[in-house]
Amino acid sequence: MSAPKTLYDKIWDAHVVSEDDDGTCLLYIDRHLVHEVTSPQAFEGLRMAGRKVHAPDKTIAVPDHNVPTTEGRETHIENEESRIQVEALDRNAREFGVHYYPVTDIRQGIVHIVGPEQGWTLPGMTVVCGDSHTATHGAFGALAHGIGTSEVEHVLATQTLIQKKSKNMKVEITGRLRPGVTAKDITLAVIGKTGTAGGTGYVIEYCGEAIRSLSMEGRMTVCNMAIEGGARAGLIAPDETTFEYVKGRPHAPKAAQWEAAVNWWKTLFTDEGAHFDKVVTLRGEDIEPVVTWGTSPEDVLPITATVPAPEDFHGGKIEAARRSLEYMDLKPGTRLTDIRIDAVFIGSCTNGRIEDLRAAAEILRGRKVAEGVRAMIVPGSGLVRMQAEEEGLAQIFIEAGCEWRLAGCSMCLAMNPDQLAPGERCASTSNRNFEGRQGRNGRTHLVSPAMAAAAAVTGHLTDVRELVA
Amino acid sequence: MDKFTQLTGIAAPMPLVNIDTDMIIPKQFLKTIKRSGLGVHAFDEMRYDDNGAEKPDFVLNKPQYRKAEIIVAGDNFGCGSSREHAPWALADFGIKAVISTSFADIFYNNCFKNGMLPIRLPQEQVDILMKDAERGANARMTIDLEKEEITTSDGEVIRFDIDPFKKHCLLNGLDDIGLTMKKAPKIDSYEQALAQSRPWV
Ligand code: SF4
Repeated sequence: MSAPKTLYDKIWDAHVVSEDDDGTCLLYIDRHLVHEVTSPQAFEGLRMAGRKVHAPDKTIAVPDHNVPTTEGRETHIENEESRIQVEALDRNAREFGVHYYPVTDIRQGIVHIVGPEQGWTLPGMTVVCGDSHTATHGAFGALAHGIGTSEVEHVLATQTLIQKKSKNMKVEITGRLRPGVTAKDITLAVIGKTGTAGGTGYVIEYCGEAIRSLSMEGRMTVCNMAIEGGARAGLIAPDETTFEYVKGRPHAPKAAQWEAAVNWWKTLFTDEGAHFDKVVTLRGEDIEPVVTWGTSPEDVLPITATVPAPEDFHGGKIEAARRSLEYMDLKPGTRLTDIRIDAVFIGSCTNGRIEDLRAAAEILRGRKVAEGVRAMIVPGSGLVRMQAEEEGLAQIFIEAGCEWRLAGCSMCLAMNPDQLAPGERCASTSNRNFEGRQGRNGRTHLVSPAMAAAAAVTGHLTDVRELVA
Repeated sequence: MDKFTQLTGIAAPMPLVNIDTDMIIPKQFLKTIKRSGLGVHAFDEMRYDDNGAEKPDFVLNKPQYRKAEIIVAGDNFGCGSSREHAPWALADFGIKAVISTSFADIFYNNCFKNGMLPIRLPQEQVDILMKDAERGANARMTIDLEKEEITTSDGEVIRFDIDPFKKHCLLNGLDDIGLTMKKAPKIDSYEQALAQSRPWV
């Protein structure tokens, strides 16, 4: 009998093309997702070397980072550099013959939302993209991680990646979540506990009852932020919830192939007794709705807490905390719920799916966005947008006074015109609160969609449980 | 790709922890379709004020560090996005090596693709090098990749470890894609087997 394996071990082993004596492997890549920001130099490299895309059928391109989220973008992108990047992707996708969803296509959206939605992402696959939030796809039990542009070129040319295996880490969330607590709170709470470097060198497998009870969309939210915890990738073993989600999607296997696929997928779990190099356990009941106060995703606190002081930390973090507090313009001891906001952003590959919009709509239904607050709702794909309109969510948002926009990354990283003005403060469902992330000198508090909606209504960071009680 | 063999240069101290890729190169500079020319924007928001003037107290703006080729940094350098624009910007500025206790994974890999050497060391040794870097332009340290050694300006020698394959590529300036293409028959046979075992891929 062979030694017990983790889920990561199994997927890794199934993709090794060759292995050198020092453990450096050539790993086969099943799906390569491409967007406009990190790919132009890679395609240019291919062109200069006279190379082709090795497997155009396994390569999927979609513009998302730069595209405006307002009407009229199909014919005109105001910012010249953005336009050039989107046009370059257009040209590259067509010239190299890869699957492509241009802005004119209803299926266009954030690459990490489009992949799963179209059934490109399947259990047991290796999925890469020139984007760190590729970790999202780990929710399917796919080994998925971000790569740099040189590696994008490598995958385009060879459909493989040179890799060394990471270590195994288990993050177990036991028990059940309490009302008002969501997948976003889980993933932030984990980073709050492990720190942004806690997962460095590891692939995380999330498990435990609280994870099992999540929908696929919730699982994507959890895995999305594995990268903020420093991990190479996050994984969740596929189960009936996964198969149910995948079945019938445009690029999911059909008929006899479906049966064969499910049979294999069912073998993708961590064997009893398999070794993990690191284990972190949280009790689901202990997790509260959380919010970040600083400029690192590890700066996480329950919404009921107060702003910490630099002296609460040690080592290099003292200086970092001082810098964060200054940047965020916050005084130690302030109650988090007393922090007023100027903007709300609901969207991104972390929280731009239909369930996220439903959660926000539930809070916004029949209520109004507070005076002086700008609330932007940006669906993760054209199809999410369409569904939200069919379900009447868009109407709720519009009546509440939110902006209802077209699909894209938008104010998650503010490469398009959707940006915070200097000094503005935002409750955001995205994944990074770095300095300047949402606009130069903008201030970001990361929260769940329900918490973001609650902040929109009250005009300050708010414990969502008070609005649903 | 550029080779990296040996380097003697000025090291700039950046003790801040979690220096992320948005700090190294803010997104407004990701709109380029080229690899070059990003050096003037490296650390843009730390380096320039709102009017675009240099902030005199930022380390790389100080006269003694303007020609720095090495950065000695706080923990978890390069965390955040996968953007290779971060090493491109550093390389274009003239940085050839970064020393820290830890690096974010993708950033670490990206460095090697651009002839740049990231060196991981334990805290005590980073502290020694940080002190050395704080002494300014007269304190030049030497990094020898072949020997896997750093020599401080005082002549103290610190050893570091590096993955043999990555070292080999960096020493010889090898292009990964060329290397992998030599394994094309293996990729072909993997794909043939895949068509049988997992035809839906
Ligand atoms: S939504 Fe944000 S995190 Fe996700 S891919 Fe776009 S920019 Fe990156």
